[in-house]
Amino acid sequence: METTLVENLPQVTAAGVIIKAVLILAIISALAGFGTFIERKVLAFMQRRLGPMHVGPYGLLQIAADGIKLFTKEDIVPQHANALIFKIAPIITAATAFIALAAVPVFPDFTVPEFIPLLGGTFVPSIASDLNIGVLFVLGMMAAGLYGPLLAGMAQANKWGILGAARTAVQFLSYEVVTGLSILAPIMIVGSLSFVDFNDYQTAGIGSWMIWQQPVAFVLFLIAGFAETNRTPFDLLEHEAEVVSGYATEYSGMRWGMFFIGEYANMITISVIAAIVFLGGYDAASTFGWLTIMLKIAFFFFLMLWVRAAWPHVRPDQLMWLCWKVLMPLALLNILITALVLLG
Amino acid sequence: MSLEQFKNRNVGTQNYTTLDVGTPPETGTDKFLQIIRRAVKGELFVGLWVVMRTMLQALFKNDMHTVKYPLEKLPISPRYRAIHDMLILLESGNYRCIGCGLCEKICISNCISMDTRYDENQRKEVSEYTINFGRCIFCGYCAEVCPELAIVHGPRYENASEQRAGFSLFEDMLTPIDKLNLQQEYDGFGAISPNADENIKQTPLAY
Repeated sequence: METTLVENLPQVTAAGVIIKAVLILAIISALAGFGTFIERKVLAFMQRRLGPMHVGPYGLLQIAADGIKLFTKEDIVPQHANALIFKIAPIITAATAFIALAAVPVFPDFTVPEFIPLLGGTFVPSIASDLNIGVLFVLGMMAAGLYGPLLAGMAQANKWGILGAARTAVQFLSYEVVTGLSILAPIMIVGSLSFVDFNDYQTAGIGSWMIWQQPVAFVLFLIAGFAETNRTPFDLLEHEAEVVSGYATEYSGMRWGMFFIGEYANMITISVIAAIVFLGGYDAASTFGWLTIMLKIAFFFFLMLWVRAAWPHVRPDQLMWLCWKVLMPLALLNILITALVLLG
Repeated sequence: MSLEQFKNRNVGTQNYTTLDVGTPPETGTDKFLQIIRRAVKGELFVGLWVVMRTMLQALFKNDMHTVKYPLEKLPISPRYRAIHDMLILLESGNYRCIGCGLCEKICISNCISMDTRYDENQRKEVSEYTINFGRCIFCGYCAEVCPELAIVHGPRYENASEQRAGFSLFEDMLTPIDKLNLQQEYDGFGAISPNADENIKQTPLAY
């Protein structure tokens, strides 16, 4: 599957892909930690508070303090829990979140400078693996990530955990249909499942962005994306006021931290997908193309925090009602109209 | 409004004013129309704007509600009943207390103890005055009964200490803060017995 972007670029080697994978792992993990700081700050400002202020300048080192706390906390496995599944579950969440990022273009491509020993001259691609089914792969991996909360909730021998797991199943069944159906219409227009093709389809300025052709699909995808990342209107899995901490009730230390990293990595992934599929993505030709997509991703990330500060969350039955009775028919209608226009 | 109206708890006999919330939709069509109305109303975006406006005001107009507590404090009401102050006459520097003992008598938790004597001028002076803050319930009777306005409640509400004995003596709590270096150790309420050292038995290091 050759794409236009890759044609006149150097050969992608295994070393380049490995460097890319390590980069994604390191930078996205750090960004996930930084995301918690940004979230606390933004929520604080929206409630006229200061947020973390005491650790480092403007509380910036709060991430380090939290990290030290998470790493040094006692690791507790409850007495009647299924220890194996209890330990595997957070790994599923974190791993699938990062595996999903393998097929998403993040950070610009570059060549390792020659003066660095061993790896000098290696070309590091912008996308770790340019699959021809990129969209399906990413959505599938993010859906598989829901096994983390599901297994965690069922393995921990805690009623709140069980409720969290049940809600995971409810949410999983509801929004996953909408996610797939909403993104199907743009796929029909572009005629490809590769993110690079999506990006190349929208290179002719703002007017060519997919959001103008598919506004309904954009809104549906955003709603489903919020549900997919457990963000506030749909944060049923661990809503503190109702189910203590849901699937994460019995977790402590870094196991809990891995759930968190996975969730924030998923937020970044959803932001990247929305930016590439609907908002034009990166402009590979211009110098500041990568800056524009960073801004778009940052906007979507901010939108998630913004919505969390503004809106209450829905009940599980309302979520199912919304997904099955409103969003899915709308998505189907959108696909139908798109298909008719494409045929006609 | 007479008391009778407040005592009447028979629901339905009072004059209630109901809010105009409309009637809930009955048929499926009505429910659908209500959803459509609410969906296109844009109230969600009003909510988004409200928090965004708050954030902009907080960031650019410095409209923050946070009080960095240990560094800055909110002003406290003069009627607040915190740790007592023993006031001093500004002109002579003498304590206002005349040693009448009313506060000791009225204290309902028996936490004030005082001792008086006559000084060389045959003037009554307070030789010992103690409030055991482990027992004080801060009812304020002592300040209320004092005829000379000598003992009052001050604004100091941060009364945490490493030991409970630290808050009992006249010199510790009832004097201005610049005399805190006169603080003396006091075996206060609940202190261990004086012979506690003797009761401790040595435990062997090796069994």
